[in-house]
Amino acid sequence: MNWKTTATAMGLALLASTGLARAEGVLNIYNWGNYTSPDVIKKFEDKYKIKVTITDYDSNDTALAKVRQGGTGFDIAVPSQTYVPIWIKEGLLLETDPGKMENFKNVAPEWANPEFDPGRKYSVPWAWGTIGVVVNTDAYKGPADTWGIVFNTPDELKGKVNVVPEMGDVIFAAIKYVGGQQCTDDKAVLKKVRDLLVAAKPNWIAMEYNTIEKMGAGDFKATSDWNGSALRQRLANAAIHYNYPKEGFGLWSDNVVVLKEAKNVENAKLFQNFIMDPENAAGLSAFHRYANAITGSDKYMPADMKDAPEVVIPADAKPKGEFQKMCAPETQELYTKIWTELQK
Amino acid sequence: MAAAEEVAKAAERRDVRDRWLLSAPALLVILLAATGPLLIVLVYSFLTPGAYGDVKWQFSPDAWISVFMERDIFDDTLSLAAAHVTIFWRSIKLAVVTTLATLALGFPTAYFMATRSEKTRDLWLFLITIPFWTNLLIRTFAVLQIIRNEGIINTILLKLGIISAPIQILYTDTAILIGMAYVYLPLMVLPIYASMEKLDFRLVEAGYDLYATRFKVLRKIIFPLVKPGVIAGSILVFIPALGAYVTPVVLGGGKNMMLSNLIELQFGQGRNWPLGSALSITVMVIVMLALLAYVRNAGKSGVRHG
Repeated sequence: MNWKTTATAMGLALLASTGLARAEGVLNIYNWGNYTSPDVIKKFEDKYKIKVTITDYDSNDTALAKVRQGGTGFDIAVPSQTYVPIWIKEGLLLETDPGKMENFKNVAPEWANPEFDPGRKYSVPWAWGTIGVVVNTDAYKGPADTWGIVFNTPDELKGKVNVVPEMGDVIFAAIKYVGGQQCTDDKAVLKKVRDLLVAAKPNWIAMEYNTIEKMGAGDFKATSDWNGSALRQRLANAAIHYNYPKEGFGLWSDNVVVLKEAKNVENAKLFQNFIMDPENAAGLSAFHRYANAITGSDKYMPADMKDAPEVVIPADAKPKGEFQKMCAPETQELYTKIWTELQK
Repeated sequence: MAAAEEVAKAAERRDVRDRWLLSAPALLVILLAATGPLLIVLVYSFLTPGAYGDVKWQFSPDAWISVFMERDIFDDTLSLAAAHVTIFWRSIKLAVVTTLATLALGFPTAYFMATRSEKTRDLWLFLITIPFWTNLLIRTFAVLQIIRNEGIINTILLKLGIISAPIQILYTDTAILIGMAYVYLPLMVLPIYASMEKLDFRLVEAGYDLYATRFKVLRKIIFPLVKPGVIAGSILVFIPALGAYVTPVVLGGGKNMMLSNLIELQFGQGRNWPLGSALSITVMVIVMLALLAYVRNAGKSGVRHG
């Protein structure tokens, strides 16, 4: 009698659990840390009865290396545009054809057919931004729309400037400052870049990522930085300003892709479509503080972002922006050598 | 007689064989777990870097050549890898100075603890282990809060009017050393204390009875007897200090690379896994050589304990 009830209970429990599993799908997202709005995820979960799990990574290289090994269990990743062609070329992505999805009509025209993913066969825009110079105007009042703040530091800022140690970004900025083209392998230009960096370094206080906190606490008075990070700094201290260097500045974007090894393909596609909805895209922006590429999202954007100079590029600075590309491996090797030389 | 001996021998052989068989699974696991990953690193160091990270299965000695030699990217001349030598030297120097600093702080601490009454000793030991309850990163950030420009030390000194502008400690070599000494101190104190606790303090009394000065007692009696503890402590501090990663970045500002940052660069933005592997093995070899030299030297002049 007793074992019978136990068995029945177990059978029922088993039925219940499988039933649950069927009704509630799952979705495993692999994304940068502190980047995914919990509110938007909650909305997605409620709408589609899908349980979302988010795992963090801290660099494009980490994410690529891990996914390349396989067996990660992730359905979705969010690589930067410079890396998307590699993910495609290495056969890591599933061709979900977002260009044909219902909400694709919302994608802003300039983002609908990007060079890194022609026709949007794989990726959906998540966020985009710029890399410029942040200055605390209490410490320095002069013109700051130049990489010279970092590479030819004015006296007031000497020993107070930080540089975010993102190799590609720093080399990009230095090449622009000496008047070269991005990804150049011209030795004459690179020699200038090397000399510029080596001469500039004694004026830097640090090479750190943690700029929001350090600019806020006054450890740094200026830094190279991403625009969303600059926005958060200004909201904490109104004297902190973001500047678009006149020599040229980098543009980047992160994009949602579905992995070939994904187990929950349909749910992943639902997610790709879901975040192209203007209201949801605005929700994501409200959290990570970067612009999205979705038309019509502005009316849902938080008030402090609508006209923020960090998010809306001023008309006169716009032509100076340039999409950062992935440099050839041989060029990358030269850059690594300059970088090692800089930090030795 | 002979037959009995034979039986006994056979039994012994069987016994030995059984023991090997029984411990084989454990040995195998240890062997594979300890050497397997290292072998992969070794193999990788002889391969060609993949275009975007990872490796191509194609033999190449380039990684090993570039550990020691570098081809100037501008005039194409081959010379000693000055950047690598500078970075290696910086890390080794930091590890040695950290070891000396923790020894200078840890030895008196251990002596103090060992000379307390039996009951309070446990309390001191307990207090020493408290920092281990917290993650290394958090302890490093705690040091940062103390020494930064708007941190505890500078705020107090400014309020008291002793200084008029904050002292820049953060992002200097001093900051790195303060952090390293703090983080690794318990690793030095514990082994010295373990030796010191066993020390027969009657020997110290005997020394004084024979008119030895305090310094002489320390040098001729206490130090030789706790030497095994000092050696163990130095090794425990030196090895992790050589590979220190978080502390130099957080407190030093990451402007000057340490060995670990150089290796990380190769696996990350540098996308040269073979070079990263070759550098890792070089570090291991340096540590091994340093340890051999150290232990051998220390062993020669050491006094047998007990």
